[in-house]
Amino acid sequence: MARTITYQQAINEALDQEMANDPSVILMGEDIVGGSGADGEMDAWGGPLGITKGLYTKYGDRVMDTPITESAFIGAAVGAAASGLRPVAELMFSDFMGVCFDQIYNQAAKFRYMFGGKAETPVVIRTMYGAGIRAAAQHSQSPYSIFTHVPGLKVIVPSNPYDAKGLLIQAIRDNDPVVCFEHKSLYQSEGGVPEESYTIPFGEANVVREGGDVTIIALGLMVNRSLEAAEALAADGIECEVIDPRTTSPLDDETILESVENTGRAVIVDEASPRCNMATDISALIAQQAFGALEAPIEMVTPPHTPVPFAGSLEDLYVPDATKIETAVRRVAGYSR
Amino acid sequence: MSDQDIHRLTMPKWGLTMTSGTVVKWLREEGDEVAQGDELVEVETEKIASAVEASSAGVLQRCIANEGDTVSVGGLLGVIAGAGIPSEQIDRVVEKFAVAFVPDETAISAAGPSTQRVVVGERSLRYLKLGDNESPISENPPALLLHGFGGDLNNWLFNIEPLSAGHSVYALDLPGHGESSRDVGDGSIGAFAAAVIGFMDAMDIHAAHLVGHSFGGAVATHIALAEPGRVTSISLIASAGLGPEINTGFIDGFVAAERRGALRDELGKLFADPALVTRRLVDDVLKFKRIDGVTEALRQTATGLVTDGLQAPGYRNRLHEIAAPIQVIWGQADGIIPVSHAAGLAGSVRTTIIPRAGHMPMMEAAGEVNSALADFMDRATG
Amino acid sequence: MALDREELLHIYRVMKTIRVFEERIHDEFATGEIEGFVHLYAGEEASAAGVMANLTRDDRIASTHRGHGHCIAKGVDVRGMMAEIYGRITGVCHGKGGSMHIADLDEGMMGANGIVGGGPPLICGAALAAKVKGTRNVAVAFVGDGASNQGTTFESLNLATVWNLPAVFVAENNGYAEATSSKYSVGADSIADRAAGFGMPAVSVDGHDFFAVYEAAGEAIKRARDGEGPSFIEARVNRYFGHFEGDAQTYRGPDEVEDLRANRDCIDIFTAAVTTSGDIALADLEGIDRDVLGLIDSAVAEARSAPRPGADDLLTDVYVSY
Repeated sequence: MARTITYQQAINEALDQEMANDPSVILMGEDIVGGSGADGEMDAWGGPLGITKGLYTKYGDRVMDTPITESAFIGAAVGAAASGLRPVAELMFSDFMGVCFDQIYNQAAKFRYMFGGKAETPVVIRTMYGAGIRAAAQHSQSPYSIFTHVPGLKVIVPSNPYDAKGLLIQAIRDNDPVVCFEHKSLYQSEGGVPEESYTIPFGEANVVREGGDVTIIALGLMVNRSLEAAEALAADGIECEVIDPRTTSPLDDETILESVENTGRAVIVDEASPRCNMATDISALIAQQAFGALEAPIEMVTPPHTPVPFAGSLEDLYVPDATKIETAVRRVAGYSR
Repeated sequence: MSDQDIHRLTMPKWGLTMTSGTVVKWLREEGDEVAQGDELVEVETEKIASAVEASSAGVLQRCIANEGDTVSVGGLLGVIAGAGIPSEQIDRVVEKFAVAFVPDETAISAAGPSTQRVVVGERSLRYLKLGDNESPISENPPALLLHGFGGDLNNWLFNIEPLSAGHSVYALDLPGHGESSRDVGDGSIGAFAAAVIGFMDAMDIHAAHLVGHSFGGAVATHIALAEPGRVTSISLIASAGLGPEINTGFIDGFVAAERRGALRDELGKLFADPALVTRRLVDDVLKFKRIDGVTEALRQTATGLVTDGLQAPGYRNRLHEIAAPIQVIWGQADGIIPVSHAAGLAGSVRTTIIPRAGHMPMMEAAGEVNSALADFMDRATG
Repeated sequence: MALDREELLHIYRVMKTIRVFEERIHDEFATGEIEGFVHLYAGEEASAAGVMANLTRDDRIASTHRGHGHCIAKGVDVRGMMAEIYGRITGVCHGKGGSMHIADLDEGMMGANGIVGGGPPLICGAALAAKVKGTRNVAVAFVGDGASNQGTTFESLNLATVWNLPAVFVAENNGYAEATSSKYSVGADSIADRAAGFGMPAVSVDGHDFFAVYEAAGEAIKRARDGEGPSFIEARVNRYFGHFEGDAQTYRGPDEVEDLRANRDCIDIFTAAVTTSGDIALADLEGIDRDVLGLIDSAVAEARSAPRPGADDLLTDVYVSY
């Protein structure tokens, strides 16, 4: 039975159902319970935004608060995964990757390869990303391309509640290390989600909107912004196809290329810093494999090459909005040699 | 000539959630003579692509909606009228409609039927009921629609409302399908039949006109043989159970398909025109298949249906044991269960073959199938 | 717990295997045939043997870049190790890891680690898994004096305490982190005392004395198995060879290594200790010496003649499935 719930509830449900399903699934993170060692209640927070609320009450010791010690607990999640558990660790803000990157980059990602195929490291690291709430430079970044770059890791970026639950359940059942990027502004977004457990395979993009004139490829929060732009453009007879890759590693090349073969025009919308982000990666893919089909240069809609600013007036200029997307689409739609 | 002879061709409502459709292509031109049931215009919704049929005979006087237009359910597509009717009269009717018509999306969705659930034994079954037929059940038993393998009650989206004009209509998600419980027991046709009889008991349906499609047809036949008193008539559409051959490649392929491309290829086999399979339809079936327990349920059901590449010995030679009236409806181009299974049945079995339809004639030629069903049910009761 | 004759002979075999293995690699590396970096454990054998004599196959260890000794003591196949160091497809990691990432999870060896301080967090994880699954297994992290300064080590000591994990942390302090003396780089006077500050039992032992290590490790491991939480052991050891092969060790005093070999060799010390009672004769040990030599000889010969991994192997085992 599908019903409307929030992205946050969808994540909680995925964790809850998998923990019920499999005793080797454990959770760890900072304040994911809240109240550990203190005199008041346990489950005081259920995570900084309440996402894991209720899970400690159901599963007790399998849900563990950690000290603020990312390299130790992310490393512990990795070591526990290589030792037969299926841990889901929460890295509160993806910006904190700096203090635990080795455990993900040099350890988790590489065990299977370095150890000649003997290791399995089924760890999931969930992390918040994205700008827009004035959290400033160290709490607003979108570093998914950095993890995508690393062979041995899988990276997912769900943009809506249905995808969030299905991709996270898939991630927990997956036997490789997976990093799940959740945009902080999407947690209250709503969508239809089946009550039952279900999965979504990695490497399958979602064609959110069909259209024959311009292909827009967008991730996370940028999917909704692209749909806004597409509505406005449709009024002028420009029909956009909006593709949400959903997972950046593996990436669904086929769906992207098929669409660009059809439209000949591509706009990629990426909230991450412009150098070496997913937009550059997908641009190269399209330029290399769909060159003959292109009728216009590929456009990328990204923030400028700056840290994320604090003041709202600046942050609103920083993050790509529907207007900027529209402008880029009109440019490629109107382009002729 | 009265305005009554001017027939408005409007956007139909297919299924529970449709609020509008997009005109893809006109199949006939202004000025063409058309018969009732002729396909006039191709329309695409999010879920499906199909054709709107002429509701009456006459001349297609106006094609109002243009190709590419999105029209609300109930909105005007065109006008059919007798050859002699003056143009100005038709124009006035069109104008009047345009002024009066306000597509009310909430009303459209709210007015649509909503599904309900009932607990039968250990299972929860989803169903849809339409038609508040007041006449006593004994005089006018309801119709009970049973979908096929891998389908759900939405397979009847073109049939439920038209049929509800004359009868109460129930459409059910069989166990393991749609939103009903995933437990299919041993997956045998008998197990499904027992579940359906349980449903009838729970809903206080003493007897019904059974309408079964494909696998659902075998289930319906099983019920008619096991509990003859519960069946007023039985309509079998592209039914299993009437011969040995079945496209096992489709069944295996459907169960195995995990990605869009593979599933699209399989779903295409169901229709004489594979273009009817929209991306949204494929995505909806994919979402269904990805729910925990569904693939196992489908696999279990397939074993109940097929053994060593052939249908399990069925009911072809037992139809004579069924006292209730039987009809079979089949698409000429059925690629799943061959149309030959409709041939050579007893003379008392009414047989309708629909040219240019595949395995889903209740979708591909809804008008014709609805007529055959309604007519048959009326005769069986009367 | 007293060790019987068989056990003592086995321990001698373990230490001697490590010694001959490492000395042989030292010689072969100089010919240029072995690729990449190797970091040799010769001189520190009593530490690995003393700890591992208290462990089972199901217990887990994580090592440093200087991992050959830990591997051998834990029971990883010597021939497979040699082949791995030679970069052959018959290696324990199919030639994909090499000396610095040598591992065998089936033997509970979670790998040598190319990242200083990489092991302790992983061991917290392995210990957590044992605790959650209720197996009574323990996990041991080996670190050097260098890694004892790394943030990951400190964080792991705290996390193991906070979560009461069945873990043991063994710092093999050989006095040098690469070319820098621990007298310079370790701020505290004692690595063990510093660890005690995290809230766990911590001792410092003479790493040349197998029995001292064995006893301290035995207590710590029993404590962990009994659910009483983590412990720390500082084993004071000395390495004979450089940080890496190719390191001339000019940062060490003249005669420092010669002196150690002559006067403080841990295998000599063990030999003396076990032959005094008369239960074990030198001849018994010499028999083992011959076995070990034969084993290493054939391991090298096999490694040399084994095929190297090819283009097909390059792309395998990145993921379980992609």
